[in-house]
Amino acid sequence: MIRTLLSRDLPRSRPLSAMLLVVLLGLMLAPFLVSGARSLNVAATICVFVVLVASYDLLLGYTGIVSFAHTMFYGIGAYGVGLALHGMGPSWWAVFVGTAGALSLSLVLALVIGLFSLRVRAIFYAMITLAVASAFSVVASQMSDFTGGEDGRTFKVPEILQPSFRLFDAEILGRVVDGKLITYYLVFFSALALFLFMLRIVNSPFGRVLQAIRENDFRAEALGYRTVIYRTLANCLGALIATLAGVLMALWLRYVGPKTMLSFEVMTDILLIVVIGGMGTIYGAVIGSALFILAQNYLQVLMAQASAAMSGIPFLANLFHPDRWLLWLGVLFVLSVYFFPTGIVGRLRIKALLRGRP
Amino acid sequence: MSDPLLQLAGVHTHIGQYHILQGVDLVVPQGGITVLLGRNGAGKTTTLRTIMGLWHASRGTVRFDGGDITQSPTPDIACSGIAYVPESMGIFSDLTVRENLYLAARSVKRAGEMDEARLEWIFGFFGALKKFWNQPAGTLSGGQKQMVAIARAIVEPRKLLLIDEPTKGLAPAIIQGMIAAFRELKRTETILLVEQNFSFVCALGDSVAVMDGGRIVHSGSMAALADDRELQHKLLGLSLDAHQ
Repeated sequence: MIRTLLSRDLPRSRPLSAMLLVVLLGLMLAPFLVSGARSLNVAATICVFVVLVASYDLLLGYTGIVSFAHTMFYGIGAYGVGLALHGMGPSWWAVFVGTAGALSLSLVLALVIGLFSLRVRAIFYAMITLAVASAFSVVASQMSDFTGGEDGRTFKVPEILQPSFRLFDAEILGRVVDGKLITYYLVFFSALALFLFMLRIVNSPFGRVLQAIRENDFRAEALGYRTVIYRTLANCLGALIATLAGVLMALWLRYVGPKTMLSFEVMTDILLIVVIGGMGTIYGAVIGSALFILAQNYLQVLMAQASAAMSGIPFLANLFHPDRWLLWLGVLFVLSVYFFPTGIVGRLRIKALLRGRP
Repeated sequence: MSDPLLQLAGVHTHIGQYHILQGVDLVVPQGGITVLLGRNGAGKTTTLRTIMGLWHASRGTVRFDGGDITQSPTPDIACSGIAYVPESMGIFSDLTVRENLYLAARSVKRAGEMDEARLEWIFGFFGALKKFWNQPAGTLSGGQKQMVAIARAIVEPRKLLLIDEPTKGLAPAIIQGMIAAFRELKRTETILLVEQNFSFVCALGDSVAVMDGGRIVHSGSMAALADDRELQHKLLGLSLDAHQ
């Protein structure tokens, strides 16, 4: 059963299995394990980033496509559903229209970018995607009447997802079953389903061709595969899944804005998470997203405690001052890339790699 | 006499500013091994890559199995029945041996659907592949990787195999095994073999073409060239004794 669910691509490392299980259980039980809006927000963000990063891994790790337009597709999903809910009112029909419209736009853009530019060399493709994504971000900010400009748009979600909604009066494990909890589980189970879908894709014959193209596209062509078509399909698939991740994030935040959805910062976060987790593993997206988002949200708090504990020692107290959290985050990244050049999952799977795949 | 399987007529190939092939005329008959010999830089690999469409001919024609493939895209040429084993082997190192072979078996949808009898036939030549079936190909030795590359070319029946220097960098014991494998293969397959190891091709070749300066300067039977030391010296600057 589990083998089928994971498309026979098991973690193949006990520490990795344990880590994945901790993340899965942590996210599944998050509403009952933690209190406060911030913690649940961190858990929901991890869920969305697992999908977003895994869809990028499909491009970078499995097909060898370096794209900087991934946040654009994420933004299209978020803006699609956000603007539809803002304009049409809080209904499931608006969610459907927004999602379908966003998916269609993403598909067309991914197809056009792919067919026109996947023939060029990787660095030029990266530059083209960067230009398209920047242009899209500027357009989204400039069309302020429609998109809300730099401020973005807040909107209401369908009633069942609104925080004030109560499914029933009784509590479950000490928690009220409100709209926020329902939204969280909508995000969680959608993310889980999309993750398993991507695992299925990369372990399908199609996924193997993508890996072959990444390793040597001339060889793949000499075996009879039209690599441009496969690359374009991978590009479209990655874009559509990123769009769905954007839809989930918008439903969770009930807000869309250029900084949260379209900025280059989100792109660099995705890149860092893929590298830290391990490229071409899909599981790396889970470990990388969990560690990165937790560090991004709690490193400052931890450092504040460390700094307070060292208040008597002048140099160390300064070194661990919470204002320096970005410096330490950078140090952690450098160390992780140094010690795990193939990413955390790649490192944990070395022994399994030598053993072979069943 | 039946039509040749592959025919190159006056083929010129440019790579950037370099004029590599300067009017290649080559005929590969149906069945057996045709050997393409020549010094380094003579244009042997470029000839194979031009046939495969990895570089397109700027002039001349390449006809295969009755059709003109001169300007066809590489995937179409591969699907028309030509398999190519490049000098660098070109295996997919992250994929297992099984997945490498499966990718070349275009007629099946799943790895489990590959023709068992044919796989056993391949294991008969290259026993190591059975042992390392589920191992990533990148973890194999050089000789084993070469076996994967050749096995991938023959995993399904092809009309023509283009094989570029299969013995390069291999230990003598492995080369002996390779000779036995090719001897068996040529009963059923047509092979165009580029090779520098003269004793290897003497043991296997049926016909031969010698290249120099981007042209074919000699073609005939392998046996005749093997017997004519003066011609070997003239064409290749070697004697058979020196390479045995």
